[in-house]
Amino acid sequence: MRVAIIDYGSGNLRSATKAFERAAHEAGIEAEIDLTDRPERVASADRVVLPGVGAYADCRRGLDAASGMTEALREAVELGGRPFLGICVGMQLMSSRGLEKTITEGLGWIPGDVVLMEPDDLALKIPQIGWNTLTLRSGHPLFSGIATGDGGLHAYFVHSYHLQAANPDDVVATVDYGGPMTAFVARDNRAGAQFHPEKSQALGLALITNFLRWKP
Amino acid sequence: MTLKARVIPCLDVKDGRVVKGVSFVNLVDAGDPVESAKAYDAAGADELCFLDITASSDNRDTIFDVVARTAEHCFMPLTVGGGVRAIADIRKLLLAGADKVSINSAAVKDPDFVAEAADKFGNQCIVVSIDSKKVSKEGEADRWEIFTHGGRQATGIDAVAFAEKMVERGAGELLLTSMDRDGQKGGYDIALTRTIADRVPVPVIASGGVGNLDHLVEGIRDGHATAVLAASIFHFGTYTVGEAKRYMADHGIAMRLD
Repeated sequence: MRVAIIDYGSGNLRSATKAFERAAHEAGIEAEIDLTDRPERVASADRVVLPGVGAYADCRRGLDAASGMTEALREAVELGGRPFLGICVGMQLMSSRGLEKTITEGLGWIPGDVVLMEPDDLALKIPQIGWNTLTLRSGHPLFSGIATGDGGLHAYFVHSYHLQAANPDDVVATVDYGGPMTAFVARDNRAGAQFHPEKSQALGLALITNFLRWKP
Repeated sequence: MTLKARVIPCLDVKDGRVVKGVSFVNLVDAGDPVESAKAYDAAGADELCFLDITASSDNRDTIFDVVARTAEHCFMPLTVGGGVRAIADIRKLLLAGADKVSINSAAVKDPDFVAEAADKFGNQCIVVSIDSKKVSKEGEADRWEIFTHGGRQATGIDAVAFAEKMVERGAGELLLTSMDRDGQKGGYDIALTRTIADRVPVPVIASGGVGNLDHLVEGIRDGHATAVLAASIFHFGTYTVGEAKRYMADHGIAMRLD
């Protein structure tokens, strides 16, 4: 199996690559983790990961600047039905639009807008930086065997915006930050984490392992 | 539930080696930052901070190797600071595996550098590290001033105004170090921490002066910081990160204990 992690000049790609390698190794999964900026490698990959940190518009611009990359992504994920995982802004890009700084069109996989979080507790800081637990709204294979809820494992978040999904069924997990904010979305063969699985230790490695085994 | 307070051990790294010793049992090489990072990771640290204090430019690149090797083993957030002066420095650190980069002197010298960095890499990745000392006299209203060059050089810049300006320019987080408390083990400068934390919308990390676990509790509870940074109490094995987090949890602070 070959997992393409898309390198479009955004994000801490080394830790993502290392985390996928470690998860595959520990679970005894034969997987080549292919950090690549070549569209043809993405189009032909068995699984695709889109990382991303920074601003929504900048990430979208970065993706578009890599000639043929968006088309390759659509070919693998929309036509090929290959499992897809978006991370942080990579997850946000799955939305219809991002409203950070300016209005930017997303990939349109999860209908909804990415909007500034407005916690109902004014003492809460923006960005949310740190560890928080998840509230699972519905079961999903990527959370198989992972303890969630108040006493569950923690995920590492760094974000000011979140994806407000038009269809509540697309939201698999929320995080409480002065109200429920979107933490994880999924539809068909596409999933996305607002938190950083590659930085989330036990929870993160378990989720990555589940992604490597996922047969949507 | 709720966002947890973070405990962040900080390692001073010089020429690729940890400067203060780290007293972990079973540490193969206590001078190797990567070994220390692994031990802190295993101990439940919520984040790790490397401060590169390498003086000569010849050895500047050692930190990239340290960060790269750490990122191979530790799946925890990593902040790296010290000598960050150019966009290229930040890019190299992020590519090596840092998640956040802290900017210190360069932010004092040229606040626009912070704006440029935040535009390029996102606010969430830019930590501005503020070193200040209390300059008000007994009986006067509290006033703190920014100092550079390891606390030797006064700048005349008011710390609170500077903090607000840095957030305006795009700092996603502030690392607030009290230079007069640093190393004194008498606790954080709570008035400083609280004044700035209450004034800015971004998270504040308290730093400088931790001598015992009550100080960590005070940093969050009284200083309104969202994270506490400490060096020597962990390096010299006075307390483990696990002990610190349990103690804070016992004192009513929401902590990640998994």
